[in-house]
Amino acid sequence: MKDLVMETRVDVQTVKIEARKAQVFYGTNHAIKDVDVDILDKTVTAFIGPSGCGKSTFLRCLNRMNDTIASCRVEGKITLEGEDIYDPRVDPVQLRAKIGMVFQKPNPFPKSIYDNVAYGPKIHGLTRNKAELDQVVESCLRKAALWNEVKDRLHAPGTGLSGGQQQRLCIARAIATSPEVLLMDEPCSALDPIATAQVEELIDELRSQFSVVIVTHSMQQAARVSQKTAFFHLGNLVEFGETSQIFTNPRDPRTESYITGRIG
Amino acid sequence: MSIGLLLLIILGLGLAGWLVGRQRAVASVAGDIRKLHSLPGYYGHTVFLMTTVPAFLLMIAWTLAQPVVIESRIADMIATSDIPEGSSRGLVMADVRRIADGLDAVVARGEGDATLAAVGVEGADIRARLAEAGVAVGGEVKPSVLAAALEYRALSGTALTALAAVALILALAGLGWSISRIQGEYRARNATEAFVMWLLIGCSLIAVLTTVGIIASLVFETAHFFRLYPAADFFFSATWNPKFGGGSSLGIWPLVWGTLYVSAISLVVAVPVGLMSAIYLAEYASKRTRSWVKPAIEILAGIPTIVYGLFALITVGPLLRDWFAQPLGLGSSSSSVMTAGLVMGIMVIPFVSSLSDDIINAVPQSLRDGSLGLGATSSETVRQVVLPAALPGIVGAVLLAASRAIGETMIVVMGAGAAAKLSLNPFEAMTTVTVKIVSQLTGDTEFASPETLVAFALGLTLFTLTLGLNILALYIVRKYREQYE
Amino acid sequence: MSGSLLTQDPRTKARNAAERRFRGYGLTAIVVALLALVWLLISIFSAGLPAFRQTFLTFPVTLDEKVLDKSGTRDIAVMSKVTTVAFAKLLSQSIEAEITARGIDLGGASAKDVTKLVSEESAATLRRMVLADPALVGTTIEFTALATGRIDGYYKGRVTMESAALDKNTSPEQLVLADKLKEAGILGTRLNSGFLTMPDASDKRPEAAGLGIAVVGSFLMMVVVLVLSLPIGVAASVYLEEFAPKNWLTDLIEVNIANLAAVPSIVYGILGLAIFINFAGLPQSAPIVGGLVLTLMTLPRIIIPTRAALKAVPPSIRDAALGVGASKLQTVLHHVLPLAMPGILTGMIIGLAQALGETAPLLLIGMVAFVRDFPGGLFDPAAALPVQVYNWTQRGDPGFVERASGAIIVLLLFLIVMNTVAIILRRKFERRW
Repeated sequence: MKDLVMETRVDVQTVKIEARKAQVFYGTNHAIKDVDVDILDKTVTAFIGPSGCGKSTFLRCLNRMNDTIASCRVEGKITLEGEDIYDPRVDPVQLRAKIGMVFQKPNPFPKSIYDNVAYGPKIHGLTRNKAELDQVVESCLRKAALWNEVKDRLHAPGTGLSGGQQQRLCIARAIATSPEVLLMDEPCSALDPIATAQVEELIDELRSQFSVVIVTHSMQQAARVSQKTAFFHLGNLVEFGETSQIFTNPRDPRTESYITGRIG
Repeated sequence: MSIGLLLLIILGLGLAGWLVGRQRAVASVAGDIRKLHSLPGYYGHTVFLMTTVPAFLLMIAWTLAQPVVIESRIADMIATSDIPEGSSRGLVMADVRRIADGLDAVVARGEGDATLAAVGVEGADIRARLAEAGVAVGGEVKPSVLAAALEYRALSGTALTALAAVALILALAGLGWSISRIQGEYRARNATEAFVMWLLIGCSLIAVLTTVGIIASLVFETAHFFRLYPAADFFFSATWNPKFGGGSSLGIWPLVWGTLYVSAISLVVAVPVGLMSAIYLAEYASKRTRSWVKPAIEILAGIPTIVYGLFALITVGPLLRDWFAQPLGLGSSSSSVMTAGLVMGIMVIPFVSSLSDDIINAVPQSLRDGSLGLGATSSETVRQVVLPAALPGIVGAVLLAASRAIGETMIVVMGAGAAAKLSLNPFEAMTTVTVKIVSQLTGDTEFASPETLVAFALGLTLFTLTLGLNILALYIVRKYREQYE
Repeated sequence: MSGSLLTQDPRTKARNAAERRFRGYGLTAIVVALLALVWLLISIFSAGLPAFRQTFLTFPVTLDEKVLDKSGTRDIAVMSKVTTVAFAKLLSQSIEAEITARGIDLGGASAKDVTKLVSEESAATLRRMVLADPALVGTTIEFTALATGRIDGYYKGRVTMESAALDKNTSPEQLVLADKLKEAGILGTRLNSGFLTMPDASDKRPEAAGLGIAVVGSFLMMVVVLVLSLPIGVAASVYLEEFAPKNWLTDLIEVNIANLAAVPSIVYGILGLAIFINFAGLPQSAPIVGGLVLTLMTLPRIIIPTRAALKAVPPSIRDAALGVGASKLQTVLHHVLPLAMPGILTGMIIGLAQALGETAPLLLIGMVAFVRDFPGGLFDPAAALPVQVYNWTQRGDPGFVERASGAIIVLLLFLIVMNTVAIILRRKFERRW
């Protein structure tokens, strides 16, 4: 009976990104081996695993940020809504507009708060006039739970905000291009506990509109925010499943050792 | 006794002192050098330093002071009536020195002091004698001047002997005193090191002394110039027309205009090329391309400016004249503002590109990732994120390049021309501050006419201008670096 | 922003086109910079390479005793009364005799044309030869004389029949005659070692102008720069990097050095003129003054890389030496300096190379003077390579352009050698900590 419920849920939530036998090489170093993952819509998927296990590398494959590294090569098949994102006809620029990204360290541009959020809509031509742009900026800042803190100083530099505010600004910036998937690479690792809690709350709210993939070091965080969890170890996807199942009843002994603190 | 011999003797004393000092230190502990405070060599060092350094310092001070002292003593020998019209005591004293040196040359040719004395009696003969020895004296030699020259020679001789005596006494005193201090517990190493430390400080102060020297010589001679020529005319006149007979107009504006015009053209060439190369190298080029293109562009910075000057003179100048200036009816001179500006632009490219490259690379990768992650193209990232972030640094780089262009001499000397003009036509020959410094100071220079001294006022202007630009540029670049550290 | 990833929407297409254009600008800028370099080098080399070849005439000269030593005593004092004019006459007689002897048709060339085949400089060369070895008088020798600048220019393409017709210093007939002499083997073009060894020559004799004094002068100046700036530069750097406390004095020194490195070189020339020549009374045109000026100019440019080299030595080395009880000075002298030496020497060589190519300050301290005698020491008048280049560009005869470019090639060769040594040194001893 329980299994049946789960299956229906899978059917309801469409698969956004599908990776099959994905491989990543840095020069001759085989960094990611045979990874099969389905990223569901309107779901938070967490990638966990010890340092250097390849979870960030894999995350960066999903919007082709690895293209900026010359020695990096991706094999296998990764699709977004059925279209191979590594197809030579695909323009990474268009892809990244659909799959946004938030980075480990808050990296606001040295521009005003307004210009930071407006940057994506401007380059992609998403708004027709200033009023529309103002609206997008406001709604994104609201979604990022930052509006009330910055509405009086939209034209102050974004670099002047606190760390947690900066990271929420970066999230606002990322959702301003209305992406379908939001990738987050350890978004809280540079933040204090209070800011972390705010961002986590935000992630949970974002789930209603986006598919979110989050890489995290903290198992508690994964347990708190995600519905699906993937455990990576030495470049392999060891286990992928419901978060509750991974944390309470891991199938693989390596997952269990990691969760109980024996490896990592 | 010559200075060289004196140096050798003192050095010899010092070396002997080193041996004695070392030996004495070893002897003081009966050969058991473990009982010494320092290694035996250090005891030698202290003696050597105490022997030579005070004596050398004395010699330097003496050589600097001697001419001044002697001149003040013989200046009275020349009556005011002996100073020709339009001349000054300083010029006559210069003649005295010249004649005294000439007499030295005559003596060196083997004509003994006896002839010299005879020459002294019949002054008319002296010019011919000096000319034989290769010393040209303008005008007739007055008896009083000749007498002063002879006195100058005599005093110089006496002074040299006195110097030798005093220096030797000082060296010996230092030798004796330092040897007497040597015993096992004497901290020879600390003494030596303290001395070396002062030496190091002295060497670093040379940089300060150079600046003081530059500023002092520029300011002093400029003040001299403004006593002969009204400062208001220099700063506010738009005519530059030096005449060596007097009555010159020495307005700085045509020169400043030429300088700025040439520099502006060079920046118009160098900034886009340098900046775009830097962007391409930093953002697009593969590691391999970068590894040979960057040094290749930097070769441009290693080529001496005289090479660019020749390039302007034999290639670029004629080319611009034949293909642009003449067909367009804009001029027929191969030296022009455009020639100099273009060539200088090539020279300045690496200054812009290297510094911009460093600065662009200092923009954190995370900003690029942030922009690319939003789906911006590389060029959008560069234009809208990287360049605005790097802007202060790039402004600094351009200011440094501008200061380089303003102070550049050889390219403008050979490419821009010598006519001081206030014109807008870039194919016309114009001149710059540096060109005029060279032309007013090259050749025979008497430091009494405003036409010569104006070069120092020009130099001071140039120094102030470039220094201001440099300080501003270094300040901006430093502020920028701090932002990303 | 929906739609397939596989097709580009128009906006993306336009953005990608902008991207390609931007890349194109960057590539163009690099190509422009590199082409400028290539253009510069080709222009200088094509103008300068001919300077290393020279046209000579070889013919027998009978050194007539009646002309050169009437007394017959071979007394140098008497013989030196014979001027170069007599030697020039002797040379023109000899070449005429040789032309007649070989049966070469003058083809309308005048006697003046024949005389003017041989450079005036050669008469002086012959005179020196005879005075150095009086035993030659009365014998017949095979003499190799320089051809005049116009004849030399003809074989280097500078002078053509058309230009010769307008030139009072040559004529088409003379050039035809020269061609015949070339066929007869009297005239030939070969390697010109004199360009590197001979002193400068006067305005009318570009064929005889050489770089000898300039090379010696530049070498002497570099010796002065090396001897002064290496110890002073290292001492100053060691103090600032290893010992200096942080106070206003060291701050002042630091700011000073940074700014001195960017002061226009001509300002150092003014300093040299005011301090070394006017105040200290050192002679004009002397390598010692040039060396001192260049030293002051080079010092800040050496101190900066030297300090970087010292800074690159990791603190652990210093701690290790201090830990075994070495004094701070011993630590620096025994450990830090030797480890930093390759970096210091590299900076030094590059500084020297810059000093070698520097022209402007030397103009002001009188290095432009025309010097014919090799300097015997640091206080004698001398020339300098880059100033010699400038000097030659200021002369009327077009033959000097070739000389100036040739001199630049020599200068560039020196610079290439110095920079190569610096690069090898860096590659070989570079250490990553």
